[in-house]
Amino acid sequence: MSIIVGNETKVVVQGITGYQGRYHSEAMKEFGTKVVAGTSPGKGGSEVNGVPVYESVSESVKERGANTSCIFVPAPFCKDAALEAIDAGIGTIVVITEHLPVLDAIHFINVGRAKGVTIIGPNCPGVASPGKAKVGILPNKIFARGDVGVVSKSGTLTYEIVNAITDGDHGQSTCVGIGGDRVTGTDFIDILSLFEKDRQTKKIVLVGEIGGTSEEEAAEFIKENVKKPVVAYIAGRTAPPGKRMGHAGAIIARGRGTAESKIKALEAAGVKVAKIPTDVPNLLEE
Amino acid sequence: MKLYEYMAKAVLSKHGIPVPAGFVISSPDQIRSVQGPVMIKAQVLIGGRGKAGGIKAADKVEDAKKAASQIIGMNIRGFVTKEVLVEKRLEIAKELYLGVTVDRSTRALLFMASAEGGMDIESVPEEKIMMLPVNPLIGYQPFHGRKIATFLGLPNDQSSQVASICERLYDLAMKEDAELAEINPLVVTKQGAVIAGDAKITIDSDALFRHKDYASLPEDLTPLEQKAKALDIAFVQLEGNIGVIANGAGLTMATLDSINMFGGKAGVFLDLGGTDDPEKVKSAVLLMAEAKPKVILLNIFGGITKCDTVAKGVIEANQARKIGVPFVARIKGVNEEAARDMLRNEGMIPASGLSEAAELASKESLGGA
Repeated sequence: MSIIVGNETKVVVQGITGYQGRYHSEAMKEFGTKVVAGTSPGKGGSEVNGVPVYESVSESVKERGANTSCIFVPAPFCKDAALEAIDAGIGTIVVITEHLPVLDAIHFINVGRAKGVTIIGPNCPGVASPGKAKVGILPNKIFARGDVGVVSKSGTLTYEIVNAITDGDHGQSTCVGIGGDRVTGTDFIDILSLFEKDRQTKKIVLVGEIGGTSEEEAAEFIKENVKKPVVAYIAGRTAPPGKRMGHAGAIIARGRGTAESKIKALEAAGVKVAKIPTDVPNLLEE
Repeated sequence: MKLYEYMAKAVLSKHGIPVPAGFVISSPDQIRSVQGPVMIKAQVLIGGRGKAGGIKAADKVEDAKKAASQIIGMNIRGFVTKEVLVEKRLEIAKELYLGVTVDRSTRALLFMASAEGGMDIESVPEEKIMMLPVNPLIGYQPFHGRKIATFLGLPNDQSSQVASICERLYDLAMKEDAELAEINPLVVTKQGAVIAGDAKITIDSDALFRHKDYASLPEDLTPLEQKAKALDIAFVQLEGNIGVIANGAGLTMATLDSINMFGGKAGVFLDLGGTDDPEKVKSAVLLMAEAKPKVILLNIFGGITKCDTVAKGVIEANQARKIGVPFVARIKGVNEEAARDMLRNEGMIPASGLSEAAELASKESLGGA
């Protein structure tokens, strides 16, 4: 087993004719993902790397059995794309697009959650279950099949940590990048609860960062509900208060969202917290 | 993007929320007359201006001019006052707090209301603040306003004014893409009118593409910050002397944490976002050279681009700028070893892992003078 994406995943790439859509649909295929269709308004009937392009998501569902969408369309059109996917009956939507207006995200995330759709992102690197499927932009080469479930707010930092886990002779069951925006479709708790139930996952790695309180909430959840060992890394231990560190959420404001508070909460829940990313594999050994 | 008080009040007014009559000026001579008692308020994007002397009362034209001349040019916690708002002084009976903000945990716009307005909402005890999320699938309904007005415990005529302001404030947040719209204090006057005494509005910078009218607001940026912004590179100035270039906010912070482990301290850092575009890396190196750090640490985790291509850009930038400080570079991804050889031949210090890179850069920064 794995979570969110697996052997049954059939991907439609929304925005497949753009540079990112083109490049990453090919990379997803190389990973072993069934990329069954793409959409691009006005370009229906064409092909990208052998993948048929449709005018609408519903056509890709009807013609090709797509059940998962990967969205690359530019921010101004992203809400429309996500709502179209929800309306077409897509069950899992991975939104790669960044710089999305937060009210747009709030809108389609609420619609999706009410309809039982799993939305990952926006502004996320996606989901990968090595040996099965990848939906998103995570680099293929860093993964190895294994039993560590990884959930992270970050993009490139996720790659760094997955790479360290693989170099440390562990592999991953599934790696989920939930995205660093303030409002995301799926949070740590959603993913932790899936990992706890997943038979392939034996250990969990949580990668958080300063800002917000989702790591503290995750710690509470772990304490009550997660029996599998959890290792965490919180980025920004040395970040100064009041400076926004790139991600919309990554700011220590008015004394809240500090790394100390997150680390304390996680340690109180029995989580081993690494001081730097390269310590994560060592803590998995213990 | 934060709006100045006078702009925020114009936005409130546009959406039908009452504000005191007023005008903004940049020179005391622009005050020709005042109709009764006024307040002169520094227009700066930082709190605590009252305590700093940035708000003064005046009754006559001469007093108003004098107050304005004292406030214009005043440095308030690092922000120089360029303009003041001259507005009608309210006769305050009660100060409330009303705000709408984006809430992560409920994934909704959230109302915050308190009968104890006028002070920083963070210092009001939690039980005295009402938090009311508006489910986006339900949208704002009159019951939201009734709940808030009931919580505030106001007499009927004021309750209906507050409820109406709630509806308009929600509408404003939705239409203007405000991630924060805060009225503090929301004043109940001795005459029983409910008016916005102050206003803070932050427009979602990711939504500026559909609000061209806000996009041209001037910002106080240093020349380097301006260049970084034009390149869509996050620029943060810290205390230390290691210039860090990395791609992605999380990785940048992890790089800072790793440097710290080895005793180094980051100075300027540039976050390229999730990209490994060689052109952008090259621009960042050129920009970093201008910031003149003691050591440069480049940490790029590649996704799309091959490492040797990124290294080529770094070397070109280095040659163009003759940077002349120790340059530790770690580029991870395809063709790593070729990239390391290229960097070594250029006299740079290649590193293969994050810890190694952090250790090397820290050593360089601590050595020498």
